[in-house]
Amino acid sequence: MTDRLPGFSTLAVHAGAQPDPTTGARATPIYQTTSFVFNDADHAASLFGLQAFGNIYTRIGSPTNAVLEERVAALEGGTAALAVASGHAAQLVVLQQLLKPGDEIIAARKLYGGSINQFTHAFKAFGWNVAWADPDEIESFERAVTPHTKAIFIESIANPAGSITDIEAIAAVARKAGVPLIVDNTLASPYLIKPIDHGADIVVHSLTKFLGGHGNSLGGIIVDAGTFDWSKDNKYPMLSEPRPEYHGIRIQETFGNFAFAIACRVLGLRDLGPALSPFNAFMILTGIETLPLRMQKHCDNAKAVAEFLSTHPAVSAVNYAGLPGDKYNALQRKYAPKGAGAVFTFSLKGGYDAGVNLVSNLKLFSHLANVGDTRSLVIHPASTTHSQLDDAAKVKSGAAPEVVRLSIGIEDKEDLIADLDQALRA
Amino acid sequence: MNHDAYDDNYIRSILNNVKSIAMVGASPVNVRPSYFAFKYLAQRGYDMIPVNPGHVGKALMGKPFVASLADIDRPIDMIDIFRNSSHIMPVVEEALKLSPLPKVIWMQLGARDDAAAEKAESAGLKVVMNRCPKIEYGRLSSEISWMGVNSRTLSSKRAPIPTQGMRLSLNRTSFGGGQTAASDRAAKNKTETT
Repeated sequence: MTDRLPGFSTLAVHAGAQPDPTTGARATPIYQTTSFVFNDADHAASLFGLQAFGNIYTRIGSPTNAVLEERVAALEGGTAALAVASGHAAQLVVLQQLLKPGDEIIAARKLYGGSINQFTHAFKAFGWNVAWADPDEIESFERAVTPHTKAIFIESIANPAGSITDIEAIAAVARKAGVPLIVDNTLASPYLIKPIDHGADIVVHSLTKFLGGHGNSLGGIIVDAGTFDWSKDNKYPMLSEPRPEYHGIRIQETFGNFAFAIACRVLGLRDLGPALSPFNAFMILTGIETLPLRMQKHCDNAKAVAEFLSTHPAVSAVNYAGLPGDKYNALQRKYAPKGAGAVFTFSLKGGYDAGVNLVSNLKLFSHLANVGDTRSLVIHPASTTHSQLDDAAKVKSGAAPEVVRLSIGIEDKEDLIADLDQALRA
Repeated sequence: MNHDAYDDNYIRSILNNVKSIAMVGASPVNVRPSYFAFKYLAQRGYDMIPVNPGHVGKALMGKPFVASLADIDRPIDMIDIFRNSSHIMPVVEEALKLSPLPKVIWMQLGARDDAAAEKAESAGLKVVMNRCPKIEYGRLSSEISWMGVNSRTLSSKRAPIPTQGMRLSLNRTSFGGGQTAASDRAAKNKTETT
């Protein structure tokens, strides 16, 4: 018996899934049930006490979701994962394990607008504070570290402009500060970037985007890298202290290098409740099987569209890390050599009004607030996703008034270019 | 033996071949990890012997506690040590006086004593450190996948339905060694900071 490392595409199809023990079904069944029968009272007690592997109730775990979890953990190179209802739920559950009222996270200023809102408003109400730092200036992360800092949060490829983050440099700041680095890998997917290889301790995703890939199912996931020592200095009592919810079990002592994923499940998901529907897990799993094929096509199309736009007379600038002259091109070649992703922005000479006009003139691109669909998508961030930010914050997060964001799909690139060309001329 | 990253085949051959396991530091308290590792391994068909001088006279899942390894009345294949790193050496020294010698010394998750490991290995024993046999059994059989854990194994075969007392197949195709690259990095980082 030889142990050889299967390639990414093999893992994308097989990891976590094997024929169903009961029926032999080869595709992963949708276990559309709320709850699971116990063998006997002792089995029930063992499951509730975290002493046995098994299923209790779909809010805590489901066999369908478990396949998805193991698959994404394998693709990211993590020790374990936990699927939740959305990318936002993933962020909530992660931070609940790490922060108490009065604690802080340091977050990159270039983030998905929804994350900026979540951190700024919802989490502030929990007493979780955020200090913003600039991913283009690593020292700004170092300066933001205080005794209350509990984590650093960045995106690998940052929304909306598709800029590439120097993960290793920020991982070094996190290690020095003794806090975990959380990387939102939604826009890259593990096909392009595996943040754990570059020093991430926790990876989160909106599965809704490229992993699911078809714009049909919401989902989020948390991947535990297994790298962080939670018990080192008692900064993370959810993992290091006896948990009264489970008769005094210490999560890290009991679960070792996948303790964080277990904490997210048994302390986070169990008590906060944002469970992923098994049906959505099934849809996302089906999507992941073709991730490598889709992601390469997304990137190849995006590069062709970015090249076209960069020479168009109505366009003043294109921010795509895959273009040779781009500010982030060197980081892209280091971190994402297979492609720069499919989400990027460009600026129109005609400003805010030109952005609004372009969106209304496009015939193939869909105007909506999502990315990572098979279909090509367009949005004008200043009037939508980032509209709640003030003008200065819009510019800082890459969503100035003249900026349009594209998410390039897997259609024929000639058709995408023709649609943009007619809309820019209209 | 590289004790930072075990090959899956090394762990697999140990768990496939040992039959009797003496657990030093087994606790009758049902929230302690030793209690549920003991229970799990007993349910998977291993002949488990709880060793703990503080609980002689009591039994764990029907198995009477013994005070020391020397008090066990039959050959032991593996000694699973549920003690802190600082208490490993005396247990290994005691184990090396047994006749016949045990085949495996296993130190629990969080426990590591390289000098004790060397001593046991030079006497011909296999050694595993800083691992849990329950987790490794669950991982190699993929039973642990129910918790979203990366078993780092693949199989296109229909799995049996696990029931109480049933041995599970550990012979799935592994990908990667005993640890992920990330765990190796964590171990390395820890060394660098100490």
